Amino acid sequence: MVGLHKSEFANPVISWIDTRLPIFTMMQKEYGVFPTPKNFNYFWNFGALAMVNLVIMIATGIFLAMNYQPNSELAFASIQHIMRDVNYGWLLRYIHQNGASMFFIVTYIHIFRGLYYGSYKSPRELLWILGVVILILMMATAFMGYVLPWGQMSYWGATVITNLFSAFPVVGPKIVTLLWGGFAVDNPTLNRFYSLHYLLPFVLVGVIFLHIAALHITGSNNPLGIDVKSPQDTLPFHPYYTIKDTVGICVFLIVLSIFVFFAPNYLGDPNNFIAANPMQTPADIVPEWYFLPYYAILRSVPNKLLGVCLMFGSLLVLFVLPWLDTSKVRSARFRPLYRISLFLWVIAFVVLGVCGANKPEGVWVLLSRIGTFYYFAHFLVIMPILGKLERPLPLPESISHPVIGGRGGGPLPTGAAAKPMEKA
Amino acid sequence: MADTPAAASTHPGPSGDVTKRDLLQLVATAGAAIGIGAIAWPFIDSMNPSKDVLALSSVELDLTPVVEGQGITIVWQGKPIFVRHRTAAEIKEVQSVPLGQLIDPEPESARVKPGHEQWAILIGICTHLGCVPLGNKPSDPRGEFGGWFCPCHGSQYDVSGRVRHGPAPANLPLPPYAFTSDTKIKVG
Repeated sequence: MVGLHKSEFANPVISWIDTRLPIFTMMQKEYGVFPTPKNFNYFWNFGALAMVNLVIMIATGIFLAMNYQPNSELAFASIQHIMRDVNYGWLLRYIHQNGASMFFIVTYIHIFRGLYYGSYKSPRELLWILGVVILILMMATAFMGYVLPWGQMSYWGATVITNLFSAFPVVGPKIVTLLWGGFAVDNPTLNRFYSLHYLLPFVLVGVIFLHIAALHITGSNNPLGIDVKSPQDTLPFHPYYTIKDTVGICVFLIVLSIFVFFAPNYLGDPNNFIAANPMQTPADIVPEWYFLPYYAILRSVPNKLLGVCLMFGSLLVLFVLPWLDTSKVRSARFRPLYRISLFLWVIAFVVLGVCGANKPEGVWVLLSRIGTFYYFAHFLVIMPILGKLERPLPLPESISHPVIGGRGGGPLPTGAAAKPMEKA
Repeated sequence: MADTPAAASTHPGPSGDVTKRDLLQLVATAGAAIGIGAIAWPFIDSMNPSKDVLALSSVELDLTPVVEGQGITIVWQGKPIFVRHRTAAEIKEVQSVPLGQLIDPEPESARVKPGHEQWAILIGICTHLGCVPLGNKPSDPRGEFGGWFCPCHGSQYDVSGRVRHGPAPANLPLPPYAFTSDTKIKVG
């Protein structure tokens, strides 16, 4: 409908703006009164935490970029310049460096939340797919950011990861040359990685906007995985979840601070304190911890192309997850067998991470093969079959029921649902 | 908590007085504001000159090679510093100008070190909009007053670095400097 928006704000300035551009009405609708399931647990903090983390990364990144030199001759020294000469440069860099690890911790928990409570299922498939896009963009951003300090691990990480594309027949070597802008990782590679590392976070902001827009159409899932049936099942986002998110943000900032101030290099690799040397590969070459499981998948098979395909496939399989899961029940709380299978998958993921950190010999080869096998079997075999075979526990009638009747399922006396707000 | 959600953010007590929750809300908001301010400072301060820039805060110069009538330019803190060896006639002229004729009245004696009147040491940045005036080389245009001429908007300075013709509003500033010996200066 064409015409001015009818604003309900009393403040004349806000009302004047809101009439012409109803951003205040939108914020009030989406973050003020937005009806949110009232049974969230703390797993539902991690989306907000990831947002805060992204803001921290962009803020520190912009200020780091003011002092960084994306030139292979100067990059390594400019990091030392940031650490020693720039006022609080050490703080900005350590926040950015450890913020990347925190981002992956938060995102992996966020994804686990989605897997456990079935947040990827109808009608949230697109929301989930956008989330997978975000994950892949985030990984690309993190990888290119790790190259920028131009230490030994930066250089050889860049070499190994870009060489993954050489596995593809015929066009592979041409793609790699294109990625490098030369015949080895060198200054042109560093320049383009810097450019893209600055660009991609803003692409992420765009995709996250779509992710949240889709979320606000479908509404949030909840620990019971059942739909909101009445306003009694919800709470307004503010102040209930703004406050609950704030609690999580405080814990998040404490953990980040512990890393930044007490163990800033704990998650880093000592080899990256050595300037890049294109003539000398370090003895132990490993990616950052958050890539270790995928690295283990890559190394688990002796065939180059198959390894690369499995590694990319381990991410791509997530796109079709909503259709691989044939169960109508969302929350694993009511799926005893899926719950076991998912926990085994988490163990496989962690084991793969440990395998990735160790040299591919002896028991680690066997373990990474078992881990890789289970990683894919869980998604491609167990999930489709389990949906047909498994007998889920009875679902509660509504979100309000278990709040007053314990967490278990089964219909309760109807009278009990009448006054749930008293307890909320 | 028996309140309706809509009333949760504004909590008048039973008598409409300020409640404990109002206090908590104010304290929490103030705490968040202080926290944001505290974390904003490292970001802002990172834009200030870094330690390696501050370390370049002084330069030394040997004046012996600069002959009478010649001027040279040195760099101090990224800025051009004019060092001009003035002739006796030039010094006499700038000493005799009545202050009333000046745009930014300042006696010549306040712009040189006593005993070293032949040396004009100035920050060579036009006080109008920051260009570097010409005139250090004898072949440069020096303007009507024999000092410096700014090519950007035509400001003219005398050999004391005082503005004699606009649009510049003020004299060329003096850098902090001292003679460490008769023929050496330290700027900064």
